[in-house]
Amino acid sequence: MVKSPEEEHPQKAFGWAARDPSGTLSPFHFSRRENGDEDVTVKILYCGVCHSDLHSVKNEWGITRYPIVPGHEIVGIVIQLGNNVKKFKRGDRVGVGVLVGSCKTCETCQQDLENYCPSMIFTYNSTSQDGTRTYGGYSDIVVVDQRYVLRIPDNMPLDAGAPLLCAGITVYSPMKYYGMTEPGKHLGVAGLGGLGHVAVKLGKAFGLKVTVISTSPNKEDEAINKLGADCFLLSTNPEKVQAALGTMDYIIDTVSAIHSLGPLLAMLKLNGKLITVGLPDKPLELPIFPLVMGRKLIGGSDIGGIKETQEMLDFCAKHNITADIELIQMDYINTAMKRLSKSDVKYRFVIDVANSLSQ
Amino acid sequence: MAKSAEQEHPTKAFGWAATDTSGVLSPFKFSRRETGEKDVRFKVLYCGICHSDLHMAKNDWGTSTYPIVPGHEIVGIVTEVGSKVGKFKVGDRVGVGCMVGACHSCDSCDNDLENYCPKMVFTYSAPYHDGTTTYGGYSDVMVAEERYVVRIPDNLPLDAGAPLLCAGITVYSPLQHFGLTKPGMHIGVVGLGGLGHVAVKFAKGFGVKVTVISTSPSKKKEAIEHLGADYFLVSRDPDQMQAAMGTMDGIIDTVSAVHPLLPLIGLLKSQGKLVMVGAPNRPLELPVFPLIMGRKVVAGSCIGGMKETQEMIDFAGKHNITADVEVIPMDYVNTAMERLEKADVRYRFVIDIGNTLKSA
Repeated sequence: MVKSPEEEHPQKAFGWAARDPSGTLSPFHFSRRENGDEDVTVKILYCGVCHSDLHSVKNEWGITRYPIVPGHEIVGIVIQLGNNVKKFKRGDRVGVGVLVGSCKTCETCQQDLENYCPSMIFTYNSTSQDGTRTYGGYSDIVVVDQRYVLRIPDNMPLDAGAPLLCAGITVYSPMKYYGMTEPGKHLGVAGLGGLGHVAVKLGKAFGLKVTVISTSPNKEDEAINKLGADCFLLSTNPEKVQAALGTMDYIIDTVSAIHSLGPLLAMLKLNGKLITVGLPDKPLELPIFPLVMGRKLIGGSDIGGIKETQEMLDFCAKHNITADIELIQMDYINTAMKRLSKSDVKYRFVIDVANSLSQ
Repeated sequence: MAKSAEQEHPTKAFGWAATDTSGVLSPFKFSRRETGEKDVRFKVLYCGICHSDLHMAKNDWGTSTYPIVPGHEIVGIVTEVGSKVGKFKVGDRVGVGCMVGACHSCDSCDNDLENYCPKMVFTYSAPYHDGTTTYGGYSDVMVAEERYVVRIPDNLPLDAGAPLLCAGITVYSPLQHFGLTKPGMHIGVVGLGGLGHVAVKFAKGFGVKVTVISTSPSKKKEAIEHLGADYFLVSRDPDQMQAAMGTMDGIIDTVSAVHPLLPLIGLLKSQGKLVMVGAPNRPLELPVFPLIMGRKVVAGSCIGGMKETQEMIDFAGKHNITADVEVIPMDYVNTAMERLEKADVRYRFVIDIGNTLKSA
């Protein structure tokens, strides 16, 4: 007989889960595996609320299995180590992002690109190697293979650092892979949410000129004065859009809402690159002529490998980059999700798990 | 008062032109400029018929200026060179492709990418810097600046070499630019027409494995036995497509009809590249999930620069690559256009200008 989530593993765990496509989260007792030789057990202090968590609890992608404990921007303290774990010690400040497993033997794993491994295991809503479901960071502890655990640099605050584990790496990885880091070049960031605001900060750290492309005029002041963007382009203003045609070397498109790629492509210079990291649930309209006439490209990117994620965290620490967050209590999560669906957050909710997750 | 086509330049020229959106071509007297100090003048022997010629003759893109003398796969023999021409002499076998001018001072021009210059001048139906409109290669004589003329290698026949000037460079350029030429790579070619068949030959010349992806099972035998493709995939067969998922490093998509991108993106390996060289006149749907999950790319490419075009022709000479052509007399051109519209040609018509273009 199939064991219940509470019984399937030896260590008790507690978190908040959604049980149906309403997406409403509530207290949930479950269990974690024993800490194996390769494992690290983390007492969770904070967990970021990623838009993917919202998509997942409501089963918007059609792949959710309930009950689901979301959360893949997890930071905390090491409380237990397996016998083979040498790179961490008790008390270390660590993080866990979107992945907790992969095959480790395929070409992509060997290239430190576990995120493109066909057998990749997500931190939540995935099936572990032992056949049980994975549960994420809206919980008190997590047990993870050391390969997938990141060190949080000493000078990085844990709460504001948590979102880097998904939002951060999701924009950092393509910026490096697609060569979008040449100082002096012009980067457009479409969408100013969790991903977008980190992309602006990274863009400035790489020495780029950064233009935020947004449909919300009320984001302009902060984009320029707080986040450090050089320009703000209101994409609903035709004159401003016209003036921006053919001016950008690269664009990171973080927008998950359905939108045409035509206007963004037109803003690219010759050989320009439009990188899409948002996850709309339907295909987007793509005019081919501008792609052909300007030798432009559209590339996708999905989070990043673990080695790269550590590199990103170290880079952010060096440049004092963290996310702009609104810290919330666990029991605020359903309200936070509603606000997130209306983009009403500057720019990431982070759950204060340790101080507010009580049984 | 604007001069007529016959009078605007000092030397007589003769060709066939379309005069309205029916696209029907007929004899047309016009004129060419005198050979300037940087110009190369040549007697046109052959001109390939590109699908763009058909689109332009009918003003499908809304950019045509009538009367229009199409033709941008033009080859012939040099009859005169200007005083500052250093690369060519009388008697040389030469060709002109899709462009006859550019600004020569922008970043693109400085990087030998005249094809991306915002002021690039097309070989026909485009405003030239002397205020006249350009006329293409369905004509007896051609005058072009040396920069836009390429030498045809001695071992390449002129008739079968002509289509390389557009079809050839259009597929060669992205194969090189997007790094799809490493031996051992697996490249897909979608569509087996003028562009597609040349793409297969170039890709084999680079030593890559080639799969043709086509809606027409009848093209399989020729694709494998004659063009040298390694595999043939019928895109309407779901089992065949499924078996080929995640196997290709790159795909050159030559199809201009509207078609789904999702199955093609699925054929790519992780980090694979789908390069569009056909340009459908309506937007396509881009499924973003598979692009993201595999870090894949969809890109476009448009002909190539002049330096690259010469490089391509030299590569073709070295590997004995030419187009498969059906040589036709000038007065067959309207029938040829009708057949081209139905993709009824293996794989490029080439007009035998030298022997069949008779002035009135």
